[in-house]
Amino acid sequence: MSVIINISRRDFLKTGALIGGGLILGVFPRYEEAPGEEAATFAPNAFIRIGTDGIVTVVVNKSEMGQGVYTSLPMVVADELEADWSTIRIEPAPVDPAYNHTVWGIQGTGGSTSTWSTWDQLRKAGAAARVMLIQAAAEIWGVDPLSCKAENGFVIHPETKKQLPYGKLTEKAARMCVPQDVPLKKPEKYKIIGKPVKRLDTPDKVMGKAVFGIDVKVPDMLTAVVERCPVFGGKLKSFSDKKAKAVAGVRSVVQIPTGVAVVADNFWSAKLGRDVLETVWDEGPLSGFDTKKQRSDYAALAKRPGTAARKEGDAEDALSKAKKRISAEYEVPYLAHATMEPLNAVIDFREDGCDIWTGTQFQTVDRNSAAEVLGLKPEQVRLHTTLLGGGFGRRANPHSDFVTEAAHVAKAVKKPVKVMWTREDDIRGGYYRPMWYDRIAACLDGNGKPIAWRHTVVGQSIIAGTAFEKMLVQEGVDETSVEGAKDIPYDIPNILVDLHSPKYPITVQWWRSVGHSHTAFVVETFIDELAQAAGKDPYEFRRSLLSKDPRRKALLELVAQKAGWGSVLPAGHGRGIAVHKSFGSYVAQVAEVSISREGEVRVHKVVCAVDCGRIVNPDTIEAQMESGIAFGLSAALFSEITFNKGRVAQSNFHDYQLMRINHMPVVEVHIMPSEEKSGGIGEPGVPPVAPAVANAVFAVTGKRMRRLPIRAEDLKRAEAV
Amino acid sequence: MISLDVNGKTYNIDVGPEAPLLWVIREHLGLSGTKFGCGMALCGACTVHIDGKATRSCQTPVKDAAGKKITTIEGIPDDHPVKKAWIEDEVPQCGYCQPGQIMEAVALLKENPNPGDDDIDNVMSGNLCRCGTYQRIRRSIHSASKMMAEGGKS
Repeated sequence: MSVIINISRRDFLKTGALIGGGLILGVFPRYEEAPGEEAATFAPNAFIRIGTDGIVTVVVNKSEMGQGVYTSLPMVVADELEADWSTIRIEPAPVDPAYNHTVWGIQGTGGSTSTWSTWDQLRKAGAAARVMLIQAAAEIWGVDPLSCKAENGFVIHPETKKQLPYGKLTEKAARMCVPQDVPLKKPEKYKIIGKPVKRLDTPDKVMGKAVFGIDVKVPDMLTAVVERCPVFGGKLKSFSDKKAKAVAGVRSVVQIPTGVAVVADNFWSAKLGRDVLETVWDEGPLSGFDTKKQRSDYAALAKRPGTAARKEGDAEDALSKAKKRISAEYEVPYLAHATMEPLNAVIDFREDGCDIWTGTQFQTVDRNSAAEVLGLKPEQVRLHTTLLGGGFGRRANPHSDFVTEAAHVAKAVKKPVKVMWTREDDIRGGYYRPMWYDRIAACLDGNGKPIAWRHTVVGQSIIAGTAFEKMLVQEGVDETSVEGAKDIPYDIPNILVDLHSPKYPITVQWWRSVGHSHTAFVVETFIDELAQAAGKDPYEFRRSLLSKDPRRKALLELVAQKAGWGSVLPAGHGRGIAVHKSFGSYVAQVAEVSISREGEVRVHKVVCAVDCGRIVNPDTIEAQMESGIAFGLSAALFSEITFNKGRVAQSNFHDYQLMRINHMPVVEVHIMPSEEKSGGIGEPGVPPVAPAVANAVFAVTGKRMRRLPIRAEDLKRAEAV
Repeated sequence: MISLDVNGKTYNIDVGPEAPLLWVIREHLGLSGTKFGCGMALCGACTVHIDGKATRSCQTPVKDAAGKKITTIEGIPDDHPVKKAWIEDEVPQCGYCQPGQIMEAVALLKENPNPGDDDIDNVMSGNLCRCGTYQRIRRSIHSASKMMAEGGKS
């Protein structure tokens, strides 16, 4: 059964079918006027539509990129609605203020916010519909609504044993006033929330029927690929399209602001055309840019005081007087998101309007950016959110890079066009997780207690120059650069965290867990170094410093217990521990590693404990922890983007390596029962794994890993610690 | 004209002999379950079966597939133990790589009906999953193997 409908509500009404072969194949009709709403449908709010057939359509305003929102959000609605789960279908929301993020004020998905930010909104939506359906039934039966109840898709009057299914109540319920204040269920009454409900999107994804942006087809559609400058900040000088145009199937070659687009009947022709396109670039100021030079610039900057992000006591003074001082420098590279589905967008631009199909996390921004390029009003642009073949932040581009570029191509070709990125375009296309360099120092008292902690962070600001700058850059400090560093939880009287945000034309962006992707590595490996300097067990050392954070302490204890911290391991194996809070959730992990004869880190097992507050779907949480660990391990062990002569040195999966199944550890997930406000779940699994692994490597080898990805040469390097 | 047998159906397509089978399947035949991930046979998203063998369609010129029996994700029966196990174990997250994973797993189980974890890792390591569903892929291949042994279809 198909439940994923990749069409807007208007298309839905036009085609009038939830399940249709054409739609499943991703073939979409071109723009036509949508007919009026079907009278008997009950649509009490923007999120719920119940048909006379009893089918409950939940309109989901969050993008499904693997994190399970197409199931978890309907679960919240369905529970309050007292719906029969088997009648739930989902539909991606069109772009409309009704679907704006409750905190951001624009429509979008990210920051691990989907569950908690819609929690009240969706429960109220479900509850309001339930109240109206009960009122409708009570009116039919001439009884007091308070004597009726809703259950499993029926309104029931227990006294008379009368019952009516929701599908028979839609017409009457649609005429009821939408109640403002509705009673919400007590958590102990939840029937769906908190259960490992099966994902609604799984069958289509297994059958090969799921429609991603790349699968969308519209009649008369052309396909384009774009040749971009190989150096960031460069400009096109000239180009010759003679050879490209001679390739069979190539229709046109057009210059756009980001480069030159080769437009053809199909992808392969466009790609062959681009292969022979001749371009001359003015490579600009970065033509000699080199990672080694950038690294030494960062290292020099890290020695100078930056803009303070947190200052408590006098860390400098305490450090200068310290008898025992420990310091270290850490570094992590630029990283590409490398979603499995390369970026793409389909745009059908007409004089009076435009349709866009794309897998995006940033609907409002993308729609408005495309409208500006196309000279349309935003409301003339209809954006249809497809499934996303991975997002990880890349598809929430603050400048709408891939949609804006596609709009320029569409404007030039005046025909429906799909603009596609190859893997090489994706790896070399920028908007990376920034490269970071951290310098950190601390000192201990005679009992091994930390007295001072000074942490200097160096790296590009993600937020500067975006619409989020006012919200997230405070007194010169980009909060996302120091998140996880400025809020270290340990009992240390003197703390200084400061920041340098050097500017480079290399584009950077939020990458699954953002600043935490490097700060957890630095903080949680350095705390291990302090434990060692204090002669304490790394787990006990952390535990002794968490007096102000009982939730974190309890989670740390849980993971240590579940992992059998301190128990005997096979020869050559070692354990490392880390705990980190991000996006409102705490995650603690214990990694067990060994070093292979080839000098390769083997991660055998990761025991993971998570406290994300109140939960909606435990299986989703488990899946997101497994996923976050795999994502974090790719960064810890394999991936890096580097520059040589201004060019990205990597291009595809042979040199931008990601974790494969043969490196996947056994992952064991333990969820801490909690009634706290929900935190995020998509990202918090990522940050702790790199430090847990680095600490485990130390346990095995006695060598500190202070840069990622961990390299064989770092394992071999003799180092006195 | 090139004649292709895909999922038991014959297609005659006017396409250059060097065009990768992947794009012919996706764009000419409209079977979009087979995915593009890298174009260099590095990720496995484009995996199909050619005469029963798991093959990267992005690196297979269409002329080499002519006259052979090609199976795509759409040609694997809905009740195939691998598909059933994948659904039961909730393997997919974003889902993009999963058709390729499933095609590889179906071929693996045909060769080796009772693989150990090492056998699975060995064969499946050519298929990338950025969501990291690997633990569930392993689990699911074991459950499919069990299902097949208990008399399910292969």
